[in-house]
Amino acid sequence: MTNTDLSAAPGPGASPPSSRRGARLGRRMRSLGGLLLSLALTLLGLLLVTFIIGRVMPIDPVLKVVGERATQAQYEAARLAMGLDKPLWQQFLVYMGEVLRGDFGRSISTGHPVAQDLRRVFPATFELAALGTLIGVCVGVPLGVVAAARRGGWIDQIARVVALVGYSMPIFWLGLMGLLLFYGILGWVGGPGRQGIVYDGMVPEMTGMILVDSLLAGDWGAFRDAFSHIILPASLLGYFSLAYVSRMTRSFMLEQLSAEYITTARVKGLSERRVVWAHAFRNILVPLITVIALSFGSLLEGSVLTEIVFSWPGLGQYITKALLAADMNAVLGGTVLIGTCFVALNILSDVLYRTLDPRAK
Amino acid sequence: MTETTRAWLLSDAPQTRRQARMGALYQGWLTFRANKLAMLGLVILLALLFVAGFAPWLSPQNPFAQNLADRLQPPSAAHWLGTDALGRDILSRLIHGSRITLFIVGTVALVAPVIGLFVGTVAGFAGGWVDQVLMRTTDIFLAFPKLILALAFVAALGPGIGNAVLALAVTSWPPYARLARAETLTIRNADYIAAARLQGAGPLRLLIGHIWPLCVSSLIVRVALDMAGIILSAAGLGFLGLGAQPPMPEWGAMISDGRTYILDFWWVAAMPGLAIFIVSLAFNLLGDGLRDVLDPKGGAE
Repeated sequence: MTNTDLSAAPGPGASPPSSRRGARLGRRMRSLGGLLLSLALTLLGLLLVTFIIGRVMPIDPVLKVVGERATQAQYEAARLAMGLDKPLWQQFLVYMGEVLRGDFGRSISTGHPVAQDLRRVFPATFELAALGTLIGVCVGVPLGVVAAARRGGWIDQIARVVALVGYSMPIFWLGLMGLLLFYGILGWVGGPGRQGIVYDGMVPEMTGMILVDSLLAGDWGAFRDAFSHIILPASLLGYFSLAYVSRMTRSFMLEQLSAEYITTARVKGLSERRVVWAHAFRNILVPLITVIALSFGSLLEGSVLTEIVFSWPGLGQYITKALLAADMNAVLGGTVLIGTCFVALNILSDVLYRTLDPRAK
Repeated sequence: MTETTRAWLLSDAPQTRRQARMGALYQGWLTFRANKLAMLGLVILLALLFVAGFAPWLSPQNPFAQNLADRLQPPSAAHWLGTDALGRDILSRLIHGSRITLFIVGTVALVAPVIGLFVGTVAGFAGGWVDQVLMRTTDIFLAFPKLILALAFVAALGPGIGNAVLALAVTSWPPYARLARAETLTIRNADYIAAARLQGAGPLRLLIGHIWPLCVSSLIVRVALDMAGIILSAAGLGFLGLGAQPPMPEWGAMISDGRTYILDFWWVAAMPGLAIFIVSLAFNLLGDGLRDVLDPKGGAE
């Protein structure tokens, strides 16, 4: 899960410069149109895949609804009501219409509509992944830059080991070990879950992200408590993000540092710090945005295992619990949500890339 | 190795095709051997193969034998790595579990690149709408987060080791397809392909005989680098209870077993995690070394 595939990253599109503004605008509209089309196609494919997965399962969805002791007539009535007698393509259209309206059906295990459940659990995962990405970027980017600037030096070696270990470590195991050390032995952080019992339900819910909510409510005790609970899982996710971000930063920086304009800057007599940070680093900002977006996406995914370890009531735990209860609506709803986030992040980074990098027009 | 074989292998003017091929292999080996970390990875993996091959003879105890009087024992002379909640010897379970790990990784690493090779080369070679359709499909699979898709597949098919392998294979082929397509596009218009075509070779023959062999080396590098990821995903599925079912000593599932006791009996979860870490680290080291040998383009970084 940490090996996020970079082939999804957009490359700089090379097209000859045009002096006519109209032509440029037209091309941009066209490329935006192409982008939207590919977005729509990908989302359609996403729905198709989840639909197929939902249909091949060996569990009879009708039986799940009516129960084992239903009569044949009741069974048939439920089957008709669920639209399972229609041809598959019609069922798919119905499914697509429902999903587009935000209706994922009802979850069997919680009894609520899946969409409502997802709204409840998503902020927890978002909060965790966002803080993880923040940690990963704040540590990973400087580490990568320094590693590239002092290539072969001891910081570079450390960065290499950190990344290698990050790529080889099972995240859920590291989580357990962290829990053992920092919670069990040292007692530095809060245990599993998002809040201590004392603060449970004390903060008025606004965004669903407890750190933000407790700040809005001005409740410092609740904030400290929530922070002591989130810091360990977020650092873990941050570590995995760091492994990826620092490697990418390093290779982007190496590419820039070998360019001729850097030699020019050095010949001009600029200080090394200025060469690295003001010249080379500014040029990697745009590709770095793509990397950060992709890393955030992979943390949303990586949070599945982390949430289980830390009993974090987020999307990952919701999906896994639903899985074990064979609650297909909930599983597919969660899958569609995470898939959509992935696609949205890809598109977002693509758009940012195009708008920010003058070479990619 | 004697001096004459060495000279034969390193000869600048190979007399036969076989000598040239062996010479190239030997050169590659020399490059690989110079990379100490990659050698370490290779040694660890050879040891793993050995352990898996001779598991019944190497394991000190029966991995399934429960002994409730001896449950949750810390590491000691009798049980080097301690015992789990059912009094089973953790070392023996790890040794037997290496077979499961190798089975999963081996199968996925065999199936996924083959699917990818097929899809990618056909797309790149055929071009036109075939290319469009195949690559669109690939993009859709790439858009899914891998683990989530695998979870959904296993949920639909039911937990079990076979389904876990299937789910991992289905979710890991798209990058290979992209890679194979890119390679195909660069060699499609090469002169030697045109020459083969003029000799009357059909598309199938061109594909299998002339394009596939050239895609293989970059695919192997990619597979070697992905192995660790496959191990971690498989362990993740096991940890969630969706891979190998009890009482099978799958490493991820063993961590899950130890999760309940983590604060008091840390070794139950710690040992299998260490095993996973060591093996995937070895694969990463090996992959890096192989990349330097087989794919000089991507070398150094």
